[in-house]
Amino acid sequence: MMRQAGRLTYQRRKVMNKVWLTATVLAAAATVLALVFILGYVIANGARALNLDFFSKLPKPVGETGGGMANAIVGTLIMLGLASAIALPIGVLTGVYLSEYGGGRFNAVIRFVADTMAGVPSIVVGMFAYLVVVLPMGHFSSLAGGIALAVIMIPIVTRGTEEILRVVPDSLREAALALGVNRWRVIVSVVIPTAAPGLITSFMLAIARASGETAPLLFTSLGSQFWSMSLDQPTASIPVQIFSYAIAPYDDWHRQAWAGALTLVAMVAVLTLVARLAFRGFKVQR
Amino acid sequence: MPVLVTRFRQLRLARMCAVVTVVTALLLTSCGGSGPSSPNPSTPPLPTATSSQGATPAASTMPVTTTRSLNLTAAGATFPFVLYSKWVSEYNKLNPGIKISYNSIGSGGGKQQFSAQTVDFGASDSVMTDEELAGAKGRAVLQLPATLGAVVLTYHLPGIGKGLRLDPQTITDIVFGRVTKWNDPKIKALNPDLNLPNLDIAFVYRSDGSGTNNIFTDYLSAISAEWKGKVGAGTSVKWPVGIGAKGNEGVAGQVKQLPGSLGYVELAYAVQNKLGYAFIKNKAGNYIEPSFDSVSEAAAGAVIPDDFRAKIVDAAGSGSYPISSFTWLLVYKDNPNSARAQEIARFLWWGVHQGQAFCKDLYYAPLPTSLVQNEEQAILALTSSGQPLFQGGRQ
Amino acid sequence: MRLTAPETEPASTRARRHSLGRGNITDQAFKGLTLLVALSVLALAGLLVFELTKGSMLSIRTFGFGFLSSQHWDPVHQEFGVLPLVFGTLVTSLIAVILAVPISIGIAIFLTEVCPLPLRRPISFLVDLLAAIPSIVYGLWGLVVLVPWIRVTMGPSVQKPLGWFPLFGGPIYGIGVLAAGLILAIMIVPIISAVSREVISSVPQAQKEGMLALGATRWETVWKVVLPFVRTGLVGAVILGLGRALGETMAVTMVIGNRHEIVASLFSPSATMASTIANEFTEATYKLYISSLIEVALVLMILTLMVNILARTLVWRFTAKVKGERTL
Repeated sequence: MMRQAGRLTYQRRKVMNKVWLTATVLAAAATVLALVFILGYVIANGARALNLDFFSKLPKPVGETGGGMANAIVGTLIMLGLASAIALPIGVLTGVYLSEYGGGRFNAVIRFVADTMAGVPSIVVGMFAYLVVVLPMGHFSSLAGGIALAVIMIPIVTRGTEEILRVVPDSLREAALALGVNRWRVIVSVVIPTAAPGLITSFMLAIARASGETAPLLFTSLGSQFWSMSLDQPTASIPVQIFSYAIAPYDDWHRQAWAGALTLVAMVAVLTLVARLAFRGFKVQR
Repeated sequence: MPVLVTRFRQLRLARMCAVVTVVTALLLTSCGGSGPSSPNPSTPPLPTATSSQGATPAASTMPVTTTRSLNLTAAGATFPFVLYSKWVSEYNKLNPGIKISYNSIGSGGGKQQFSAQTVDFGASDSVMTDEELAGAKGRAVLQLPATLGAVVLTYHLPGIGKGLRLDPQTITDIVFGRVTKWNDPKIKALNPDLNLPNLDIAFVYRSDGSGTNNIFTDYLSAISAEWKGKVGAGTSVKWPVGIGAKGNEGVAGQVKQLPGSLGYVELAYAVQNKLGYAFIKNKAGNYIEPSFDSVSEAAAGAVIPDDFRAKIVDAAGSGSYPISSFTWLLVYKDNPNSARAQEIARFLWWGVHQGQAFCKDLYYAPLPTSLVQNEEQAILALTSSGQPLFQGGRQ
Repeated sequence: MRLTAPETEPASTRARRHSLGRGNITDQAFKGLTLLVALSVLALAGLLVFELTKGSMLSIRTFGFGFLSSQHWDPVHQEFGVLPLVFGTLVTSLIAVILAVPISIGIAIFLTEVCPLPLRRPISFLVDLLAAIPSIVYGLWGLVVLVPWIRVTMGPSVQKPLGWFPLFGGPIYGIGVLAAGLILAIMIVPIISAVSREVISSVPQAQKEGMLALGATRWETVWKVVLPFVRTGLVGAVILGLGRALGETMAVTMVIGNRHEIVASLFSPSATMASTIANEFTEATYKLYISSLIEVALVLMILTLMVNILARTLVWRFTAKVKGERTL
């Protein structure tokens, strides 16, 4: 009797085990399915909508079909370029300071602030850029948009740089110093090149993140129907254009919104894949 | 040390990537930094006047020049966006160097950005109140009517196109949430021939600062003392019921997607997207189809003051469409930057003359000719640092 | 997300690295340069807080604490109260967290305990890929796919049995609180699951093996040993996801319906702090309006900051425990 009762409980435990573990499999499956569904939708609709015009033509007047997002693509690239030019040096140098120099308490403060800035909602960053760039300048501009994106990228690059540099073993530094190399040379010529793959990775991830940001661009770069190459003019950008088109009733605009979405996802995917795969296995032994 | 040796290939790749990234960033930034950003200081001499004031529209043709080059930014109402986007495109074809970027962010945004002087000129379907004018940093503002349009009540009812009849009382009940279904007896009574479905009325209003909102709430305040007292008119009000959407585009988009929805948009948006819109009972008691004719009739009886601030909602006249309005372009009467001032004035001149030819095709009403003459005076009176913009009083 | 506590290296290593090669002028110059840049980051953060506070002053002086408690967001009558916006923000984020937590932790357990080794990297890569999709694309997808689905399929089938309950009542527009909550849930799953995975994989093998040796099933090991062990870290992960949901703007703006009101039903439209700023900032036509919107941004920033700091503290405490420095 007792043995039977014991066996029943054991069966029950085995069943519960199977049930719960299957539940976790289902959770993972559901998530992967959701991803495939969403991405599949974007790819299907986007591919259907893409044509050469999309990449080469300007938008048409409201209500007319055709045209493209060429100016938005260029605008996005310009602002990303500007944001990178600002965020890369600042982020890397700050990361270098945190990893190689400085005192415990002070470093903790900077680290804390950098981490905190990463959590600021991007709409707040956009408002900040409006207040400190657009208003003093007197007009909207891609400069303001680029600065807003840079503010978003700086914490990511800083954190990434610091963590990657930390992983480089001290033995490398000591070896270089033992050879008589100056401290700063050690950092620039030994530590950073060793860490370069990881640095590039974190940098590409930061760009990928910034490329999809819409909210900061709403009140900084505003938008434009024309080519806009100059930094002190407003410019169209892919995410903002997608937003305007998506909420509108025009079917042609919806089609272009999907094409834009696919372009964005492709940009992010390429950046992320290159970052992860090209530098796969980058591990420096401690 | 073995770490470095085995990762050599990766390092080379990394270095190459770094170089490419940095070079690309620099290239993009530098190419972004150049380009026409400042007005050409040596503008060519303007053609001298051939006749004085009172020139008819046909006589003021625009010379096609390729030497003038300037980027102007404008922002504002979504109501005339369909027309303005056509205007800037056509104007650019005539004057390839002049690029006017019109950003459709709502009349509230237009007034705000114009006052903050972050754009060259603004656009709004609601006139700037005295308080808003005071906020324009003390500079005198010219509000120039550009065209007229109709705010239509558009809906998404399967099988029902334009022509649903609505009267002021029913409209008031709908916006207050007292009439909630399409097959309510009150609506049925006005439309005995239509097969109204048993759908909830999903009212869609403007969530952003909107001149269209202002026009519609002006109308509501005119037809309903209750509305005037409880909610009032403005670019942004507290709607008793409904869901919010951004811009004329957003409201039209929402209506197109949601069966049973009812929103207020400019006529062009309804027609271009094949949405049904209502015929509304006007002051004279007739059910009027919104069109450029019924809008023009609404304006016909209006007395337009010198500062062009006129409202034409709920107008008298047997064929007047009750929710009509002007829409204005906002410019500073004196603009210290003379090159920009000139280009803006040229564009305005073109707009009130040649631009009017594009109105009807896009479902806007052209300006009455008598008004155009007054507007010509106003444009010619624009100055830069006190100096008149054009020699001889004409372009 | 920094998982390791700020000072995980032994103090001796850190001290040695930082004191290597005290040097000449160029060294000092380089060090000074990096210090300057690091300080500029601090200055940037300070400027951010300063500008937001300065911009809010008018609104703070006009409304005081009433801003936080008033239910009215009425630009015409110049009354601004942030409560409906906070409500909308919290409710959508809460829905997102409730939906995302079981799934994320399920994924984390799957990837650390159940999944065959060769599949682990690809599947975790796929899950992380969800985080890489820009939020505007989520918004577009939500508007075109999710909203009609709620309006046509999900809403009516829920309302038939449960429509009497206020939570499920009212007209179904498709857009609204539920749509926003669902999209946010999908967006925060990768974040919660990534952090959960890290904390779960740091459970010492000995603990798990001990349990298994006693005859526990794998699930019982997870439920009775692993999860309690990582409890602090998991809570940190969840709160981190919450922080992300609170600040999300674009996807929410497109599907929430923009109604500044405290609502009872999942199917009603609502508004969040972020969506209100996105919709109204460029159009605020008078000073008090602008100032109120800046104050909304300030409130949002403080809220997300507090949540993020709480999250990081919890995760840090967890990793400190793992290293044996703490017991709780």
